[in-house]
Amino acid sequence: MTNNPLSMQVDLDPNDFLPASEEEKEYMVQMRPSSTFFRDGCKRLYKNKVAFISMIVIILITVASIVLPMIWPYSYAKQLGNQPGRPVDPSFNNLAPMEYSVSEQERMEAGESVFPHIFGTDSSGRDYFIRVVYGTRISLAVGFFASIIVLVIGMTLGSIAGFAGGRVDMIIMRIVDIIYSLPDMLMVILLASVLRETLGPILEGTVLQTIGSNIIALFVIFALLYWCSMARLIRGQILSLREQEYVLAAETAGAGSGWIIKTHLIPNCISVIIISTALQIPNAIFTESFLSFLGLGVNAPMPSLGSLASEALNGVTSYGYRLVIPAIVISLIVLGLNLFGDGLRDAFDPKLNA
Amino acid sequence: MADTTTETPLVDVRHLKEYFPVNTGFFKSIPLKAVDDVSFQIKRGETLGLVGESGCGKTTVGRTILHLYEPTDGEVIYDGRPIKTKDDIKWFRTKSTMVFQDPYSSLNPRMTVSDIIGEPLDVHKMYSSHEEREKKILELMDRVGLNSEHASRYAHEFSGGQRQRIGIARSLAVDPEFIVCDEPVSALDVSIQAQVINMFDELQDQMGLTYLFIAHDLLVVRHISDRIAVMYLGKMVELADAAEIYDHPLHPYTKSLISAVPIPDPKIARANKRIPLQGDIPSPLNAPSGCPFRTRCPYAEAKCAESMPSFDEVSSGHFVACHRTAEINS
Repeated sequence: MTNNPLSMQVDLDPNDFLPASEEEKEYMVQMRPSSTFFRDGCKRLYKNKVAFISMIVIILITVASIVLPMIWPYSYAKQLGNQPGRPVDPSFNNLAPMEYSVSEQERMEAGESVFPHIFGTDSSGRDYFIRVVYGTRISLAVGFFASIIVLVIGMTLGSIAGFAGGRVDMIIMRIVDIIYSLPDMLMVILLASVLRETLGPILEGTVLQTIGSNIIALFVIFALLYWCSMARLIRGQILSLREQEYVLAAETAGAGSGWIIKTHLIPNCISVIIISTALQIPNAIFTESFLSFLGLGVNAPMPSLGSLASEALNGVTSYGYRLVIPAIVISLIVLGLNLFGDGLRDAFDPKLNA
Repeated sequence: MADTTTETPLVDVRHLKEYFPVNTGFFKSIPLKAVDDVSFQIKRGETLGLVGESGCGKTTVGRTILHLYEPTDGEVIYDGRPIKTKDDIKWFRTKSTMVFQDPYSSLNPRMTVSDIIGEPLDVHKMYSSHEEREKKILELMDRVGLNSEHASRYAHEFSGGQRQRIGIARSLAVDPEFIVCDEPVSALDVSIQAQVINMFDELQDQMGLTYLFIAHDLLVVRHISDRIAVMYLGKMVELADAAEIYDHPLHPYTKSLISAVPIPDPKIARANKRIPLQGDIPSPLNAPSGCPFRTRCPYAEAKCAESMPSFDEVSSGHFVACHRTAEINS
């Protein structure tokens, strides 16, 4: 065949167009190692420096608040000037940070080593550092358990509303609307003062008495009022997930509601659940501090960050650091948890970031 | 494949109706007649193609047959057994499955491929040991042309065609007899469509499956179906053998549909006259009286508005619902 000199035809070698062999095909297949959604999320979280540092701060504070009270030589309730068989030693009261009382100075001169009062002592002669640590522990515990209560109630009611739909959904969502329309803080204060009166006598003599009726009241308040937004969020998630075809596929396979909720709905909204729980904790801590500050929080001598700040108000002109220290700790915890929660959200659910 | 002997059909759908209530205000709702009095039979080993434009109720027919929606009226008789009680449905679920249209939303993004394929096995507890489950899943993956290395991967790592294969493997897990294919290839591109369609064909030969193949692509349907049913606005307007319906469409709507199929030969295409339809498909909430097609039918006359034409067998195995069949086609 002679080529037309003007044509653009190219001579091609037919050998270039042989089908690829199995090995050659294998060579072309590039597979990256399989990665789960969870691992991808962790990678993204690790890359977010702010969230990662916040996580470390939160972990440090949590570990410190659990471990330190066990090894610290002073207890949060012990008035150091009140030794059995001796007159009260007022030189223990109101020590400045790193200061020692008269009797301690005598012991140090005698060669004994005395553990320093890092933040000094309060007006009753109690070591202030351990009180702050203990207060942190209480605040974190309240935040954590309150969030779990909110999570359990919100998740149960939200998923029932979303999955059952119809009349059940309408009733639950109207209850949510009613609770939403009540003024939050007023309800909290009213409930706290009522519950303190009613719960006090019931708890007398039980283990719960050391925790104090106010903490229990606080949990009841969270359980009653704060589940609404969680329930709404989860209902919305369930509603949209229910319409996915893989749920229909499971129904075609004959799966019941329990199976569908367990294997399809919950795993697909677990990231939203974790994120909103993480963001709920600082909210709870803040509410607890604020109630304690108003005197509706934990029972004395148990400290919480809010009640420490409240007590410090009396001597704020002379001992300003006693207000500043718990305030800083609250800020650190709330800020850290919020930043960490934001980081979690960005890492695990980019859609939520609106 | 379709034999004409009068054995009992595998699937017998009788006067199936599916109405959805649509709220139009406080406490007021009117029924949306998604499927209105549809009857047909599918023989064992046969493929029935179901075509019609968007919103005509094809998908609803498929889902109602599988009792994913509770039928408003009518009954489905499978292999001689009416599907009524919970036990019937439970039994029916091991005989029939479904392949879905969207290969993206039909696979749970949090499950591995082996868990997705194994889900029906888990639900029905169809294995005695973990090894047996594993073996069965690998067998299924092999059957649809998936590599066994893919078992531990997640659905988002696959292409559309591979995802659809995963969906098909899942539908084969319970060893079904009857599969409802709900537009299984319309989300795929053409070359992949051919692969998947051929796979459906092969699986049918190997496993003796019966398909209800829902689609809107007439060429695809013609390729795979033994018989074809045409739906319009919740009603069945024509049902015949695939070749018969292409060569001798009787209903004006079917004529128009067939004339719209592109022909890959310009000479023939030019000679063929297209029959364009006027207007849009009416809302099923406000369906026309009598024959649903009369508002767009070039042959409509007074009696079409008065009564719904009956679905009659005009020649052997060829059913049509039109008052004027004889006049139009003479």
